[in-house]
Amino acid sequence: MTTEPLRTLLERAFPDATELDVVDRTGGGDHFQVVVTAPSLDGLTLVDQHRRVYDALSAPLADGTIHELRIKTKGAR
Amino acid sequence: MSYGDRIREVIEGSDVAVFMKGTPQFVMCGNSNRALEALRRAGAPVTAVDVLPDPQIRQDLSAISGWPTIPQVFVKGELVGGADIVEELEQTGELERTLRDKLGEEFAAAREERAVSLV
Repeated sequence: MTTEPLRTLLERAFPDATELDVVDRTGGGDHFQVVVTAPSLDGLTLVDQHRRVYDALSAPLADGTIHELRIKTKGAR
Repeated sequence: MSYGDRIREVIEGSDVAVFMKGTPQFVMCGNSNRALEALRRAGAPVTAVDVLPDPQIRQDLSAISGWPTIPQVFVKGELVGGADIVEELEQTGELERTLRDKLGEEFAAAREERAVSLV
């Protein structure tokens, strides 16, 4: 899978994102790194911030399209 | 058969529980290794469960924790996160603070690693 479908899913889940990045870490289309900075993540624990990303990407995670996912999240503050 | 009860037992009964691919002596996945190394740097005692022997372990674990990926790290029954979070918390010193708060000042003194098998 290319990074585009993942980016679209994340943009839908985080319409307020000030930073949103998806990188194919190995070029193989299944090891991804995502970075999300968004005001809507303010005040959430890291666990809950990452849960929001997992929720957004639940379909490609469930069907095995994403084999490995690295996540970096931040609130806006 | 469900592993739910035994998974809960490990989560609730361990100071620090790590569900990982492989064992601390023979880690089978890069992310499990990242989490384990961060815990080692912080001086955390570790009770490790290998999820690889039966795919059902991972399914039952994720049903309990609501966390889809491996590894998963728990301190005193509470999910701290996966490799990314544990690494981030270790780098900021937050992991050591959490361990001190929840396990007491002397948490690193009796540091040990043990592997628990669910199969």
